[in-house]
Amino acid sequence: MHLTPAQLRRIAHLSRIEVSAADLDRLGTELTGIFDLIEQLQAVDTSGIVPLSHPLAVIEEMPLRLREDVVDEIDRREANLGQAPQTENGLFLVPKVIE
Amino acid sequence: MSAVGPMGAGSRPSIAVLRAELDKRNVSAVELAERYLARIAAESVLNAFLHVDEARTLAEARAADARLAAGEKLPLLGIPVAHKDIFVTRGWRSTAGSKMLAGYTSPFDATVVERLRAAGMVCLGKLNCDEFAMGSSNENSAFGPVQNPWDRDRVPGGTSGASAAVVAAGLSPAATGTDTGGSLRQPAAMCGVTAIKPTYGRVSRYGMIAFASSLDQGGPMAQSAADCALLLAAMAGFDPRDSTSIDRAAEDYRALPPAAGLRIGVPKEFFGEGLAADVAAAVHASLREFERLGATLVDISLPRTKLSIPAYYVIAPAEASSNLSRFDGVRYGHRAADYDDLTEMMARSRAEGFGAEVKRRIFTGTFVLSHGYYDAYYLQAQKVRRLIAQDFQDAFRSCDLIMGPVAPTTAWKLGDKSKDPVAMYLEDIFTLGVSLAGLPGMSVPCGQGAGNLPVGLQIIGNYFDESRMLGAAHQFQQSTDWHTLRPPGAAA
Repeated sequence: MHLTPAQLRRIAHLSRIEVSAADLDRLGTELTGIFDLIEQLQAVDTSGIVPLSHPLAVIEEMPLRLREDVVDEIDRREANLGQAPQTENGLFLVPKVIE
Repeated sequence: MSAVGPMGAGSRPSIAVLRAELDKRNVSAVELAERYLARIAAESVLNAFLHVDEARTLAEARAADARLAAGEKLPLLGIPVAHKDIFVTRGWRSTAGSKMLAGYTSPFDATVVERLRAAGMVCLGKLNCDEFAMGSSNENSAFGPVQNPWDRDRVPGGTSGASAAVVAAGLSPAATGTDTGGSLRQPAAMCGVTAIKPTYGRVSRYGMIAFASSLDQGGPMAQSAADCALLLAAMAGFDPRDSTSIDRAAEDYRALPPAAGLRIGVPKEFFGEGLAADVAAAVHASLREFERLGATLVDISLPRTKLSIPAYYVIAPAEASSNLSRFDGVRYGHRAADYDDLTEMMARSRAEGFGAEVKRRIFTGTFVLSHGYYDAYYLQAQKVRRLIAQDFQDAFRSCDLIMGPVAPTTAWKLGDKSKDPVAMYLEDIFTLGVSLAGLPGMSVPCGQGAGNLPVGLQIIGNYFDESRMLGAAHQFQQSTDWHTLRPPGAAA
């Protein structure tokens, strides 16, 4: 499967990973190799097969657990904010989004 | 055991030996920690540890000594352990082998770390690994590759490469690791140590930096199945903080039932083209040993073994692209220095913070989840996943355990495959199916190939059958000595 430069730029944008124009060719070659590999799945007849997302669901139902709707997290506000590249007044700081 | 005693230079004592030494007061937890710290310092060339903090280790050792003095009796009390740097740790660095988290310190401990500390284990430090546990050789670490103690020019396997290397080299009697597509089993095979990836959901994923949540599973590495049983008993158990943690009554992994009477399934797809002759010879010899121990061999088929590679390399990257979206340069992790707007800040921070393989997987995962491709790739892979899991269930109708090679070859040379991502993916052929099916899998040293490099036997059990696997491995290790072989010059 060959990816066009436009497709590669779209994947990079959706991934929010900057790719320089110079790197686009190399990326195209690498991803083409990977997509050729995963293309093998297309030959498999899976009609009537239900997708398996939780591996153990192949033997038994795996419903997600419910818990009481109560606060059980420890307040780590300071520690959590302390990891951020930039904070102000107890808030995470990012470049202005709305003018 | 070496002539200079159980803790002498050149020895590599098991947890059982260390337990006896601690209980007899022949050694204290502090002395033990000091000896391992000295070995770690002497073997820094392996590049196995990303963070060592003697003061912190010795403080934990003193706490263990106090508990010993107070008469506490726990199988792992005072025994050292090293953690793969995928488990977050308070006070220790938590990097996931990535530049993205180079400056990160976790405000909390992973459940595995917490449980092993409660069991009295003393942390020796944090272990190198492939970035975000993506790779098969430990060469994807932002902090450099790890050497295989058996041949310093070779990879230790991956992604828990350093976990395997430190146990092999005698730098720690035990290590934690994680396995998403073979990351415990394959490095254990390549370094000649024992590892078990439990059934998906046995060991809590809380505080295990997420790669592919429906596949990720933590587990122990040590010198023997008996040691792994002790470690697994302490690591496993229900954790309400992990939404897929399995709520089941605790089992005694230390029972170690015998192998006699077991029906061992031998999948023909694991012995075909691509399997190195030296690996095949060692695995066949170990299967004959199991026959001698009273097991019977049964020919089975896992017909979709080859398809496990494309299925895995759709599902794992898809989950990775979702999990790694949290690294946005806003709340934690690397942030680029220059940017004009929010999107550019995120895109540049991620471009700088992630390594090449992590990016490839995010790109792949993003693509297979994107509009117009989701059904054809992602859902199709999930359907093939069911077929693969069903194949194992069909096979287990005629056998109790499945055995075969862990990897097609012994450890390869550093740099040999690092330029070709697809060549690296193909090496995972025998471990991926087990991961996709969520089954427990072990790696047990079973021989040596060319250049005296270790070969691993893979033991695959049905869901929740860890006790039977550990028992079979233990009996094999009672009648063979592959697991006791030490790399040349280790811990000298």
